[in-house]
Amino acid sequence: MAFQTNNRIIKWIDYRLPVFSFAHHSLIEYPTPKNLSYWWNFGSLAGIMLVVQIVTGIVLAMHYTPHVDHAFASVEHIMRNVNYGWLIRYMHANGASMFFIVVFIHIFRGLYYGSYKSPREVLWFLGVIILLLMMATAFMGYVLPWGQMSFWGATVITNLFSAVPYVGDSIVTLLWGGFSVDNPTLNRFFSLHYLLPFVIVGVVALHLVALHQHGSGNPLGIDRKGPQDSIPFHPYYTVKDLFGLGVFFIFFAFWLFYAPNALGHPDNYIPANPLVTPAHIVPEWYFLPFYAILRAVPDKLGGVVLMFGSILILFLLPWLDTSRVRSGRFRPIFKQFFWVFVLACLALGWAGAQPPEGLPLAISRVATVYYFAYFLVILPLVGWFERPRPLPASISEPVLGAGKMAAQPAREKA
Amino acid sequence: MSSTQVSGAHGGATRRDFLYVAAGAFGAVGAAAAVWPFIHQMNPSADVLALSSTEIDLSQIPEGMGITAVWRGKPVFVRHRSAKEIEEAQAVALADLPDPEPDAKRVQKPQWLIMVGVCTHLGCVPLGQQGDFGGWFCPCHGSHYDTSGRIRRGPAPKNLEVPPYTFIEENRIRIG
Repeated sequence: MAFQTNNRIIKWIDYRLPVFSFAHHSLIEYPTPKNLSYWWNFGSLAGIMLVVQIVTGIVLAMHYTPHVDHAFASVEHIMRNVNYGWLIRYMHANGASMFFIVVFIHIFRGLYYGSYKSPREVLWFLGVIILLLMMATAFMGYVLPWGQMSFWGATVITNLFSAVPYVGDSIVTLLWGGFSVDNPTLNRFFSLHYLLPFVIVGVVALHLVALHQHGSGNPLGIDRKGPQDSIPFHPYYTVKDLFGLGVFFIFFAFWLFYAPNALGHPDNYIPANPLVTPAHIVPEWYFLPFYAILRAVPDKLGGVVLMFGSILILFLLPWLDTSRVRSGRFRPIFKQFFWVFVLACLALGWAGAQPPEGLPLAISRVATVYYFAYFLVILPLVGWFERPRPLPASISEPVLGAGKMAAQPAREKA
Repeated sequence: MSSTQVSGAHGGATRRDFLYVAAGAFGAVGAAAAVWPFIHQMNPSADVLALSSTEIDLSQIPEGMGITAVWRGKPVFVRHRSAKEIEEAQAVALADLPDPEPDAKRVQKPQWLIMVGVCTHLGCVPLGQQGDFGGWFCPCHGSHYDTSGRIRRGPAPKNLEVPPYTFIEENRIRIG
């Protein structure tokens, strides 16, 4: 049903700038598959976390000073003097972790249900670009408090570029604006940390345009056959998303109020010292799997290439997965490899926090090999050899029964 | 339509093709020239470059001790090596080194080892007189350096860098 109103002012505006009919079209009547599970909540949660980060970040920037002599003290000033500064800073710091939790679950949802398959490849690429932008933004944000972990994290990560043959050192000097991480580095990181979230907003808009072109996928991974397979976004999914948001905010509030520093590192409350490296430096938890891949390789350039490759490989995923069946529900072999993949990612996260020797190093090497084998060997081959279980004829069929036993195998056993 | 037929009849590029390419190339060069200042502004500024030399008085450093100076924002290890350390550094066979370099090429006077204290792996500051080779050990990713600051084991690809320096007096050096 098209947008309708009796309000003259809204009619007058909408005739000239159709914002009301646009909102009605994409937020209210937008037809959505009627069988979405709670795994489909994480996209909207990610969008809300982006807003939380931007709002708290703009406020923090009103009190923060991006200078090596004042940055650390200005963060303490926010914590101690600014009204509710402690709350807003903890929201921002823990909000970054929450954002990554939500986005990682969103990505694994996509991996399991084949959300990257035709016709949603570009939607998937835009998501990977958002992930890369998020990682760059989070990294630069962590540098701003100018503690020991800020400084040495910045040093180690910018030095990754020194592995580039021939021009590596020039690139690093360009990034630093000097011969070490120093005030010019802090200044430009602040500038870019402020800019990139708005770039993310732009890519998210494209992500949504691509999403609305073919609509959401669904747990069955089959296309909608007609209007009987869809329900309007409002009120069904607005309510479901809001309920999920409430549950998620309880989780967020737990960290925020009861363990605001648990996800950080105590060394970052020591002001940066360019002459002393802390004995054990680790990145924030959301980078640990990638850090483990970096350290699993006993060669500098090789480690850097694999680390970046572990994300860039996601761009090839639509072609690496040769199966025509989208949803992992109907793929008995794929399903097992998928859960081992999840386990490998968790193992990498654990190993990334340990010193790179002995058992953690061995585990990170095995998990790194599996990570790449999953994309480059397992997915292409499983698609060829696996015999998927029969797909239901429509989204409604498994629920309504359609009076046919053939639909039964499609139902997932809980 | 007619222009493509004309070019086809002559079997080569027309004047219009030439104008397209020339205008496009001119625009590309202009765009690159306009972009360069926005890239180069990120490189070290004049005041950063002006601070690029440091003088150090060596007379205060007894044998077997070292200091850490700062040059271009980076730590520089200045070590007064003992006879044993020099002997160890010179005794190593070049074939055992991942980045082969004789000790003599890394020092101007054997007792003074001067090098940038930045791990060649990912830029941490190694700890002195630790590790399996009596030299330096980087705590970040486990690189071991010997008493000449050469990489012996671990992920670092190169020896610790020796900065350009000169003896301006018997016991005084200028780095940079």
